[in-house]
Amino acid sequence: MPALELRGIVKTFGGLRANDGVDLVVQWGEVHALLGENGAGKSTLMNVVYGLQSPDAGEIVYDGQPVVIRRPEDAIRRGIGMVHQHFMLIPPLTVAENVVLGHESARGGMMDLTAAGQMVSELSHRYGLEVDPRARVRDLSVGLQQRVEILKALYRGARLLILDEPTAVLTPQEIDRLFEIVSNLKAEGKAVIFITHKLAEVMRIADQITVMRRGKVVATTTPAESSPPDLARLMVGRPVLLRVEKGPAHPGDVLLEVEALKVEDDLHHPAVEGVDLQVRAGEILGVAGVEGNGQRELVEAIVGLRPAKGRVTIAGRDMSHATTHRRLKDLSHIPADRQQMGVILDMSIADNLVLPDFDRPPFAHWLIRALDSIRAFAARIIKEYDIRAERPEQRTGSLSGGNQQKVVVARELATDPKILIAAQPTRGVDVGSIEFIHRRIVEQRDRGLAVLLVSSELDEVLSLSDRVAVIYRGQIAAVLEGEAIDREHIGLLMAGAA
Amino acid sequence: MRLVLHWLRQALVPLLSVICGFIVAGFAVFLSGANPVDALVALFQGAFLERNSVSETLIATIPYIFLGLAVAIGFKAGLFNIGAEGQFYLGAIAGTYVGYSLHGLPAIVHIPLAVAAGMLGGLGYAVIPGVLKARFGAHEVITTIMLNHIALAVSDYLINRGPMGDPHASAPKTPFIQHSAELPILIPNARLHLGLLLALAAVPIVWFLIERTTVGFRLRAVGLNQTAARAAGISVGWTIVLVMAMSGALAGLAGADEVLGVSHFMPPTFSVGYGFDSIAVALVARSNPWGIVPAAFLFGSMRSGAGFMQLQTQVSADLISVVQATVIIFVAAPVMVRWLFRLRERPAIPTPLAAQEGAAV
Amino acid sequence: MNEFLQRADLVGLAAATLLASTPLVLAALGGVMSERSGVVNIALEGIMLTGAFMGYVAALATHNLWFGVGVAILSGALIAGLHAVLAIEFLVDQIVSGTVINILAVGITGVYYRTFIQQQNVAGPGTLPVWKIPFLANLPVLGPIFFQNQFVTYAMVVLVVCVHLLLFRSVWGLRTRACGEHPLAAETAGISVRFMRYGNVMLSGALGGLGGAYFSLQQVGNFLPNMTGGKGFIALAAMIFGKWTPFGAFLASLLFAASDALGSRLQFYGINIPYQITSTLPYVLTIIVVAGAVGRAIAPAAVGRPYKKS
Repeated sequence: MPALELRGIVKTFGGLRANDGVDLVVQWGEVHALLGENGAGKSTLMNVVYGLQSPDAGEIVYDGQPVVIRRPEDAIRRGIGMVHQHFMLIPPLTVAENVVLGHESARGGMMDLTAAGQMVSELSHRYGLEVDPRARVRDLSVGLQQRVEILKALYRGARLLILDEPTAVLTPQEIDRLFEIVSNLKAEGKAVIFITHKLAEVMRIADQITVMRRGKVVATTTPAESSPPDLARLMVGRPVLLRVEKGPAHPGDVLLEVEALKVEDDLHHPAVEGVDLQVRAGEILGVAGVEGNGQRELVEAIVGLRPAKGRVTIAGRDMSHATTHRRLKDLSHIPADRQQMGVILDMSIADNLVLPDFDRPPFAHWLIRALDSIRAFAARIIKEYDIRAERPEQRTGSLSGGNQQKVVVARELATDPKILIAAQPTRGVDVGSIEFIHRRIVEQRDRGLAVLLVSSELDEVLSLSDRVAVIYRGQIAAVLEGEAIDREHIGLLMAGAA
Repeated sequence: MRLVLHWLRQALVPLLSVICGFIVAGFAVFLSGANPVDALVALFQGAFLERNSVSETLIATIPYIFLGLAVAIGFKAGLFNIGAEGQFYLGAIAGTYVGYSLHGLPAIVHIPLAVAAGMLGGLGYAVIPGVLKARFGAHEVITTIMLNHIALAVSDYLINRGPMGDPHASAPKTPFIQHSAELPILIPNARLHLGLLLALAAVPIVWFLIERTTVGFRLRAVGLNQTAARAAGISVGWTIVLVMAMSGALAGLAGADEVLGVSHFMPPTFSVGYGFDSIAVALVARSNPWGIVPAAFLFGSMRSGAGFMQLQTQVSADLISVVQATVIIFVAAPVMVRWLFRLRERPAIPTPLAAQEGAAV
Repeated sequence: MNEFLQRADLVGLAAATLLASTPLVLAALGGVMSERSGVVNIALEGIMLTGAFMGYVAALATHNLWFGVGVAILSGALIAGLHAVLAIEFLVDQIVSGTVINILAVGITGVYYRTFIQQQNVAGPGTLPVWKIPFLANLPVLGPIFFQNQFVTYAMVVLVVCVHLLLFRSVWGLRTRACGEHPLAAETAGISVRFMRYGNVMLSGALGGLGGAYFSLQQVGNFLPNMTGGKGFIALAAMIFGKWTPFGAFLASLLFAASDALGSRLQFYGINIPYQITSTLPYVLTIIVVAGAVGRAIAPAAVGRPYKKS
C-alpha cells in the first residue's frame, strides 16, 4: 500500500494555476524526489498535503485511506511531517520548547520541560541528530536548526517526511550529513519526499523522481532511467545552457575597495570581522558562502545601510562615512531581498524604475517631478528589458517575481553605473529570466563594469565569476582565481574546514 | 464621465461607512431610551436650519480641513499623528501671543505674522515626536498622546493666572488679540471668516506637494516601504521629521485660525478631542486631500449640530464619537463593508502601521 | 535636606505609589499578553474606561460592588473582543482598530453617562473596602504600604505572579509566545494562531477591565467622563520599558506611579512649581522611557502583523 497518493490536485491563486491536476504516488521506505524549477508548484503541492493550503479540487489518499487535511494539525495527527525551506522555528525559544510546541507534555497546564528534554535527547540519539535541547534556537547554526526541524517532525510521530529544499542553505559537507540522516529514516521504513531543483542531489539520493513544470507532473522516473540533461530538459521544457557564455575578463582599475571592514548584525553580534576586497573594472568578483555568514551585512555596509568600521572606497573616493544617497551615484545595488528592499510593491513600475534617482534630473527639476520624462524612460526600459507589463503606471506588486526582479536589474544597470553590487540577483526567478539577467551582467562587465556578485547558489557564483572570494563567519577564507576555482575546495572553505 | 465614475467608486465605501455609522449610533441612542429619529433630526436642524447655523457649520469645518490634511500627510508617510490636538494647542498659543502682544501693526502684516507663528508653534511641537521616532524609534502614537496631555497642562498653566493670563478678567483667559490680527469676516452678520478660504487653498497645495513633488515622492516611498526607501538612498529619519513638521504646521495653523478667526482669545481648555476627530476625517477621506473637504464638512456638521441635539433631545454630544468610531471601523475594514453590501473587488492589505520597523507600541 | 527623607512621608509616598500603580500594572499586564501573542493593544485606554463605566453602572444598579468588579472585567474582555475581531478577522490595522476602541469608549460612556448616571439621583455604591491583613497590617513601614489595601490592588500584586507563570511556565504561555514571534511556525506546529490571539486579546481586555474598576469602584466611587486620563497609554510605555515581561512591567509601572505620586506632592514638600507643570511628570517620563528603552528592548517579532491563512 503506498504511503501517499495524490489524485488530480488543483490549486489556483488568482488566475495562476499553481497545481493543475497533479497525481503523485509515494511508497513507504522510499525517497521520492520532487523536482522542478522555482514556481513549478512543488511547494504549493506539499503545502496542500500538509494542510497549509486547501486544494480547490483533488483527492489525498494516505496509507490507503482517503483523507481531508484542513490544517497542519490534521497532517501531524496522521503522521505527516514537514521541514520547510524557511525553517518554522521560533528563534528565542529553546530547542526542547520548539520541538514540543503544540504537543507539549504538561501537568495542570504547566510545562514539563524535563520530560521534553529527555524525549529530545532520546530521539537525537536514535537518528544521529545530536543537538543540545537547552540551547536557544537563535544561537544554532543553520545545519543544526535543520536538525531541530527534523526532530520536531519525528517527535510528532512522522512516518512521511516532506523536506522542502533542504540543501539550499547547507554546505556540501552538511549536505552529506543530511543525506546520511535521510538514509537512516528510509531504513526505518519511513517515506521521504525530497523537494529540490538541484539535479545532482536527485541523482544521488532519490529512489523515485517526479518532475513538475508549470503546475503539472511532466514525468515520473528513476535515477537509473534518466540523466541530468534529460531531467533539466523535462524541468524547463527546452534544452538549457547550464553554463553562461562569457569571454575572458579584461580587468582595469580598482573601482571598489573594502579594507578592514567590521560590521554588526541586527542583534549587535559581530557579523563581518575584518574583510578586505578589491573589485576591478571589467571583472566579476563572486562571493561564495553559506547564507548567514555575513554576506548581508557586508553588502549593506558597502551601500551605507548599516554602520561599519573600516574603509570603503568607491571609484577612488573614500566613502566610509558617506550617506547611501551619495554612494549610489557611482554604485548600483541589486538587493538580496527583492520584495522588502528592491521594489516598493504598491508603487507603479515607473516610480520603481526611477527610485534611486527620483530627485535628480531628468526625473526632477528642483522639487518638481518631471512626470513626462519618467514615463518615457519607463516605457523605454520596459521594452528594452522585456518586462511583461501592460503600462508603466501598473502596480509593481502585480508583476511576477521574475519581472519584478527585471525591474530592479534594469533600474540598476540603466544609469550606466561604475560598480554593481548584485546580491542573490536571480533568487526566486524563472529560468528564462535567470539567463537574461546573467547575460546582462556579463555584457555590462565587458563594457567595464566592476561587479561584486554575492550569491548562496554556488553554481551561480562559479558560472559568472572571474574571481571567487569565499566568506565564512564574517571573514574571507580565500580569494581564488583561474584554475584554483574548484568546487570541492570551495565547499570545504565554505564550511570553515580548510 | 470616466472621471466621475472613478470618483464615485472611490467615494462608495466611505459613503456606505457613514451610513453604517449613523445606523449604529442610532441604535446606541435607542438603547439609551431616546428616539434616534428625533436625535438625527435635531442634529441636522442644529447644523443647517437654525439661525446662522450654516455659517457655524462652515466655521467648524475649517479646523477639520487643516487637521485632516495634517493627519493625512502623516498617513501617507506611514505615521500615525495623534498629536494634532497638542500641535493645535501650541499653534493657538503662539498665534494668540503674537495676536495680542504686538501693537500698531497693519492687518496685512499682523495677520500673516500671527498665522506664521501658529504654524511654527505646531511645527515645533510636532518635530519633537518626529525626532524621537527618527533618532530613537519611539513610536509616535505614545509620544504624541503624551505630548497632548503635556500641551493641555502647559496651556492651562500659561493661561490660568500664568504668564499669558489676562489679569483683568474674572475667568481665566488670555487677553483679546488686537483687531489688526483678527481674520476678516466673509459675510456680514455672521462669524464666517477668511480661514475658510485659507483651508480651501491648503487642499490643492497639499495635493500638489504629495503627488507632484520629490518631497511627496519621498514621503510616499517611506510610507509604503521604509527598507526599500532607505536602500534607494532616501533618508528615512529626515523624511519622518520633515513629515511631522509639515503635519504640525497644518495643525498649528488650525489652532491659530481658531483664535484669530473665531474666539479672538484663548481659554484654558480649548479644543476637545480634535486629535481623534482629525484621524477620523483623514481615514474617511482615505488620506486623499480632495476627500478631506467633504469629510471635514461631515464632521464639522456633526460638531456644530451636536450641541443643539443635546439641548433638544438630551442625547449627549458624545454620540458623534460613536458615529466616528463606527465610520472608522467600516472605512478601515473595507472587507467588512464589501461583505455587508456584497460588493466585489478585493482591496489590497496595506502595510500595517502597527508593524513598523524599529518601532514598538 | 528637606522633608523628603522624613520617614512618614516616604512611607506615604510608597503607599501612594503602589496604589497609583494599580491600573498601570493591570493594563500593562494586559498589554504583555496581547502583544506576546502578536496583537498590538493601544485600546487599553478605552478598555479601562469601558470597565470603569460598566463596573460602576452594574454596582449602582445592584448595590453590589463585587458584581460591579465582575462586570468591569467582563466588559473589558468583550470590548477587547471587538478589537480582536477587527484586527484578526477583518485585518484592520491594529493601531487603527485600537484607536477605534478608544474613540468608541469615549462615545459610548459619554452617551450613557448622561442617561444612566448624570440624570439619576441615586446614592453611589461607595468604594471597595480596605482590607487590613491581620498581623501584617501592623508591621511598621511594610504594613501601611502593602497590607492595608483594597481588592484591586491586592489582585494586581497576585496577578503579576500569575501572569508571569502563565507566560513562561504554562503551555498556554509557550503557545502565546510562539504566535507572537512566528505565527506561521506556530500554525505549522498545529496551533491555531487565531484562537490564541483571540484568547490573549480578550484576556488582555479582562485585565484592563479590572484596571478600569480601580478608577470607579476603588479610587473614586463614581464615574467621571474620561477618568482614565491617558493611563492606558502610560501602561503601554511601562510594558515596553519592562521588556514585555510581567515583572518588568510591574517595576516600570511603579516608576511611573512614583513620578505621579511625587508630582502631586512636590508642593506639599515646599517646592514651588505650578501644579500643572508637576502633573506632567509621568507624561514626560513616559516619553523619555519610550525613546530610551525601545532601542534596547526587543518586541515580539510578529507584533502588529496580521496573520491570515491562504
